[in-house]
Amino acid sequence: MKQFLAFVRKEFAHVIRDRKTLLILFGMPVVQILIFGFALTNEVKNTSILIVDHAKDVASQQLITKIEASQYFEVQRSILSPHEINKAFQEGVVKVAVVFPVGFNESLKHENSASVQLLADASDPNTATTLTNYLGAIVEDFQSANNELNGTPYNISTETRMLYNPQLQGAHNFVPGVMALVLMLVCVMMTAVSIVREKETGTMEILLVSPFKPLLVIVSKAVPYLLLSLINVISILLLSVFVLDLPVKGSIILLFAESILFIITCLTMGIFISVKTSSQQVAMLISLMGMLLPTILFSGFMFPIENMPVALQIFSNVVPAKWFYIIVKSIMIKGMGFGGIWKESLILCLITLFLLVVSLKSFKIRLS
Amino acid sequence: MQPIIVNSLNKTYGNGQVTAVKDVSFTVNENELFGLIGPDGAGKTSIFRILTTLLLADSGTAKVAGFDVVTGYREIRQRVGYMPGRFSLYPDLTIEENLAFFATIFDTSIEENYHLIRDIYIQIEPFKKRRAGKLSGGMKQKLALCCALIHKPEVLFLDEPTTGVDPVSRKEFWEMLGRLKSGGITILVSTPYMDEASLCDRIALMQSGSIMTIDTPEALTGSYPDPLFAISTEKASMPSILNALAQFEKTKSHYAFGEFAHASFTDKNLSADDIIGYLDSRGITNSRINLIKPTIEDRFIQLATQK
Amino acid sequence: MTPVITTNRLTKRFGDFVATDSLTFSVNQGEIFGFLGANGAGKTTAMRMLCGLSLPSSGDATIAGFDVYKQTEDIKKNIGYMSQKFSLYEDLTVLENIRFFGGIYGLNNRQIREKCDALINRLGMEDETGKLVASLPLGWKQKLSFSVAVLHDPKIVFLDEPTGGVDPVTRRQFWDLIYEAAARGVTIFVTTHYMDEAEYCNRISIMVDGKIEALDTPGNLKRQFRSESMDDVFYQLARKARRGD
Repeated sequence: MKQFLAFVRKEFAHVIRDRKTLLILFGMPVVQILIFGFALTNEVKNTSILIVDHAKDVASQQLITKIEASQYFEVQRSILSPHEINKAFQEGVVKVAVVFPVGFNESLKHENSASVQLLADASDPNTATTLTNYLGAIVEDFQSANNELNGTPYNISTETRMLYNPQLQGAHNFVPGVMALVLMLVCVMMTAVSIVREKETGTMEILLVSPFKPLLVIVSKAVPYLLLSLINVISILLLSVFVLDLPVKGSIILLFAESILFIITCLTMGIFISVKTSSQQVAMLISLMGMLLPTILFSGFMFPIENMPVALQIFSNVVPAKWFYIIVKSIMIKGMGFGGIWKESLILCLITLFLLVVSLKSFKIRLS
Repeated sequence: MQPIIVNSLNKTYGNGQVTAVKDVSFTVNENELFGLIGPDGAGKTSIFRILTTLLLADSGTAKVAGFDVVTGYREIRQRVGYMPGRFSLYPDLTIEENLAFFATIFDTSIEENYHLIRDIYIQIEPFKKRRAGKLSGGMKQKLALCCALIHKPEVLFLDEPTTGVDPVSRKEFWEMLGRLKSGGITILVSTPYMDEASLCDRIALMQSGSIMTIDTPEALTGSYPDPLFAISTEKASMPSILNALAQFEKTKSHYAFGEFAHASFTDKNLSADDIIGYLDSRGITNSRINLIKPTIEDRFIQLATQK
Repeated sequence: MTPVITTNRLTKRFGDFVATDSLTFSVNQGEIFGFLGANGAGKTTAMRMLCGLSLPSSGDATIAGFDVYKQTEDIKKNIGYMSQKFSLYEDLTVLENIRFFGGIYGLNNRQIREKCDALINRLGMEDETGKLVASLPLGWKQKLSFSVAVLHDPKIVFLDEPTGGVDPVTRRQFWDLIYEAAARGVTIFVTTHYMDEAEYCNRISIMVDGKIEALDTPGNLKRQFRSESMDDVFYQLARKARRGD
């Protein structure tokens, strides 16, 4: 035990003294969250919206106030002709416009249905879709509020695409993804590289020629990275709660337990790579190409798995990040308990067990 | 009991393409300082790795501290100290941390066995807070030796401990080995420097994977088959002396050796005057010639070229 | 005798640390100059400046007639360099290595072919031309690598511990190559840890803590220090060293 602790202490010294790597380790999740959260997201904020209110009645005013209240739009009122609206779009002054017809309130009250026209600049289709979705949601929200007040149901049905994302926040999709990515990077790559480095520098030779069990070398290598990864999990969660306003709906303890499970999966993967390689470059390449790329491609966080060819869909099942992504999404966003994710957890356990057995089988007590 | 017994070891790499060790057998006695002497590629490191249980031999057997290197590797790993050829400590840990780490790994502490390393450690102790990566070659060597010694090994394996170390540090290092041996540790050491061989109790001269001969340094140099002459002159350059010797029909071997040319002759009765006479006839005047006691290097050259 | 290397108070500082301190010496054409010193004495730093790889902090030096501050590119064209660590590309064949380095030094195809044949002939490596360098014994690699370093007929060759770990027989063959090159007028600037090799040099300098503490022929140095061997001269000087590398 004393030996084990000495080893872990040494491992921490390696990590802490390598300032550059340390910076990357702890800076990476922050940077990734911020990049995904603010730069790469297709979420839109403070977009200029043109309101063309031909109705000028109670209902239109209420709806406009509601649009104004949302953080996504900055309202510019106008009573322009259709020709001038076109011009505003062409000049790029606005990306989206809402046109209220004359007698908007009347139609609502008497016919139980009315229409607003949404115009969007579709030269940027993604933004256009997002904006019209947002507007649609606001309109729908407005309807249901009125329905409760009036008791007379409106005859408008809107297809809701953001079932678990009522606030329309883009962060939901990428926070679990970034978590999977960061843990993968830290655990797989760092563990693999740090073990292989001992092979490269020759210290592994001395360690092998010592009573210290070779297996313990590897376990004690994994401990610091387990702790470092937990710190990363915490920092990602803090960022997502306080910077991105995304609360954790489900149990935090369950989330941590599942994170630890996934970290262990990644560590065994790192150990597996280190057992099979003998140079830091190769270990790094395999970690990046063999582990990180599939994580990005097949976890479902960037590209929907449903749209992939069947063969790739089947392949995605052996990518641990896919299961972790589902688990985190379920806990954080849907607020599910263990009952809803036990299957995914079991699959992760099995993958871990498999990797562990294979690495142990191929672990060498000698050189080459 | 002999701490190291090696019996007909063979080792090849790359599916038998490269022969690293060829039918090597030797034994090392208790408290002996035994040297494997040979150039890079002679197979020294492979032998070290087989004996420290890091490599499996293709054939042959070996015992270290009474245990077989294949079946008894756990026991051997508890009982030996090993210093690999390249610097193998953690460059980002300090001297003290490296030593403490290896002490703990071997289930001991610096305090417990301080007496073993005191002589060596005292020289680097003033820098104990310095990271190992920032040490000079000589200091790294001393630290590595301390780390290999801290658990009081029965057998110490030192693979080329002085390669790349300057002559002053080399000398100090060998003085330390002498003291260790008198402290009761069996030491197997390898080196490409022939001049260090004379500091061992017994040596094996190695070339291309096999041992050419094993004996004490004195016996090895004493059994040089011919009278060996050292020739020097201030008038002529070394190449011209060597050139003249090459053309002498009685020359058996000739080569530069520091400021002298060393030469042996097929005619054992040839006297120094005969040789001076010949050199004079070749225009190399004022040459001095002495019958000398051969060195290990002379013997190595003789053995390596006799085939 | 024409000097091909002259230095005047050549100094290199790294912050407060004076790696080489006021080196003043000259090396003549065709001379074999031994550059000795303990680890950390400043040999490598000095060599780098002389090769035009690093700029001096102060002092002057001319190499093959070119200034180390302004004409580093000209210097590189006129020198050859070989070290124990970097010799040749292990995963290329003997022939490929020679062709590659010939190309690097700006030889045309005809020159490369001629030099190549001559070199292989001199080393007696006719049967090895197609073999990977990795498969050659160390001694051959070093001989080959020296021959490649002088392929472009440089005025000066810098050799950084060229014979480390090489067996005594091959070491002497290596020195034969050095003598041949010197006889052709190439200046040899060599560092070594083998003291017997110091004896093969025309003159040697011994550096201690960044300064040249002794510079003369091996014979004169031994007389000056009342020593039997160069080993002892070196030991007397280097023992005083205060710093390591």
